[in-house]
Amino acid sequence: MDLLRISTAGSVDDGKSTLIGRLLYDTNALTKEQEQLIEKKTAEKGLKDLDFSVITDGLIAEREQGITIDVAHIYFSTKNRKFIIADSPGHVEYTRNMVTGASNAEVSIILIDARKGLLEQSYRHFYISQLLRLNTVVFCINKMDLVDYSEDTFLKIAADVKQMVDSYTNYQPNVEIVPISSLKGDNVVHEFGNTPWYQGPALNEILHEITPDASEDGDFRMDIQQVLHVQNDNFVDFRGFSGRISSGTLKIGDELTVLPSGKVSTVKEIRQYETVLEEANAGDSVIVSLSDEVDASRGSLFAKTGEEPVGAKSLNATLVWLNEDVANIGGRYLIQAGSRQNQAKLQQIDYLIPPENPQLKLESAKLSLNDIAKVELRLAQPLFLDSYEKNKANGAFILIDPQTNNTCAVGFVES
Amino acid sequence: MTVKDHIKTLEDESIFIMREVAAQFNKPVLLFSGGKDSITLAHLAKKAFYPAKIPFTFMHIDTGHNFQETIDFRDELIAELGVDLIVRYVQDSIDQNKVKEETGKYASRNSLQTVTLLDAIEEFGFDACLGGARRDEEKSRAKERIFSVRDDFGQWDAKKQRPELFQILNGKINFGENVRAFPISNWTEEDVWTYILQENLKLPSIYFAHERKLVKRDGAYLAYSDYLNLVPTDEIVESKVRFRTVGDMTCTAALVSDADTVEKVLNENKASKHSERGARIDDQRSESALEQRKKGGYF
Repeated sequence: MDLLRISTAGSVDDGKSTLIGRLLYDTNALTKEQEQLIEKKTAEKGLKDLDFSVITDGLIAEREQGITIDVAHIYFSTKNRKFIIADSPGHVEYTRNMVTGASNAEVSIILIDARKGLLEQSYRHFYISQLLRLNTVVFCINKMDLVDYSEDTFLKIAADVKQMVDSYTNYQPNVEIVPISSLKGDNVVHEFGNTPWYQGPALNEILHEITPDASEDGDFRMDIQQVLHVQNDNFVDFRGFSGRISSGTLKIGDELTVLPSGKVSTVKEIRQYETVLEEANAGDSVIVSLSDEVDASRGSLFAKTGEEPVGAKSLNATLVWLNEDVANIGGRYLIQAGSRQNQAKLQQIDYLIPPENPQLKLESAKLSLNDIAKVELRLAQPLFLDSYEKNKANGAFILIDPQTNNTCAVGFVES
Repeated sequence: MTVKDHIKTLEDESIFIMREVAAQFNKPVLLFSGGKDSITLAHLAKKAFYPAKIPFTFMHIDTGHNFQETIDFRDELIAELGVDLIVRYVQDSIDQNKVKEETGKYASRNSLQTVTLLDAIEEFGFDACLGGARRDEEKSRAKERIFSVRDDFGQWDAKKQRPELFQILNGKINFGENVRAFPISNWTEEDVWTYILQENLKLPSIYFAHERKLVKRDGAYLAYSDYLNLVPTDEIVESKVRFRTVGDMTCTAALVSDADTVEKVLNENKASKHSERGARIDDQRSESALEQRKKGGYF
């Protein structure tokens, strides 16, 4: 069984909770208690169709207000695949929550109300999928039952979707467009013959056919989490560096450069608990020992010699502001990428990007919650990052407000 | 590139989180109850730092209403792992008049644990508590971060959670605050049992089918014990049962079952459509019972 991480986005009325509920219900993934709760709530509200929203609306305030406040994680599995859905709410804080929810996803599901077609937020959702460079984007044209399963309506929206996708020249994900009704269940898991003009797969089938990008391709990168020293009967003078390989492959005998020190050594041993490996790949948590006593510790990065990222004190990035406290030019923050931390200064705001219309470039002297901007940061010391486009794991960072310790921004390094 | 098995992916992720906790905090503690999730956590800790020792002290908040089998198992495992165990007792908090024992048919010490836990965190100055909570357990847990910041009263404010992006964990806190860290956030109950099978982990015997004296109440079976306040409608029976989740004897329901191996339990859970938390009487009190307790500093 493998693992696929999905992000869902849609606004309050798009029926996102209903879609997830429907998917779980029809794949038989709900518990008896959840099914009973759905039936009870449906009866209480006097509804004709099942009310699935009770499954994802988890907090008291959400149930009272009938909205989703925070990213919720939903787990389900079928015979050969485990799914983790990060369900992001669609109200005012959508940008922050969707970026957060999608940051670990491989697939984004964007919901569109068939009666309304593409809305401002649809453009925003696709922009964020693009910003995160998700491999697959599935557009679910929902509420087809309310437009009499009209092929014309579907084709018109599909054409708009294609136009939007084509407007990005440097991002070509796999795009799927599916006509569905979450409420009735059409083309979510089952097919009831209401859309005979649609020959494509149902959503569930699409989610099973995607190949998860289980490993990050690209040059080898590993943040050192800790240095472990061991001296006992079985391990004489053991010195290992623990970390999780964020991209690429590591083999015994590889020549490594430690950054920032620039010291070079070769890989003597790769260990996972009691197992000694010949080779390890992206995603693996390992302990690496080197042939020489080089100076390396938490805050250092391993790269293969000759493939090192450039260390610069100035960084161009796309920043998404996640905090209610406004950022001004000159503001000082902690920057964290992987396990590396440093000090950063917001040197310049080039322009704001309205995600629903990214061609526009707006001038601004500050960053507010949910703003997306091209910026320049000055660092106290080089961080040795890649561009996000080249290496997702070593191309993203967060900013931390040193006064509140809150995570206030996420950044994507530009090439 | 071959696609990685999901259990291996989860294990690598959990080990990464454990190492971040060890590196980012001065005084982390692993909350250990003797249940399957904390046993999984302990095993992951062993694997994360080997050949070095587990860098965490373990702590158990003992309600005094535990299954004896769990306590015996706890002590054996602690000795085997060679870690230090701190035990703090809810009974002491009751004796100090800090909390009041609940009364009546559904009296349980489960929610009283919070005060004992917060006092212990303060007593030892722990800045991070590792716990075995999983997001699939309950709806409000689904919104929990991997690093969850609590104020000095241990409170969880769902609306003020820090965004958590990629694999970047921000463990910076202000004085007096602490972090609850959940390395197995993304595991489901089935993942835990699959891992227990794969890694051949030992569990307390109550997880497997055994003959037991029970109290039948509201259609559920509770273990017969001195801690339970019996009412006239309660029925005393004997049956072959197992426990799917292990909390206090007063609030953990038993399942009638013949499953006496990990493999059989795994298959029986898969076939059953009931949730694990369905066996926790304390969560059945209302739709938001767990969220209410978490706001008050509960794990």
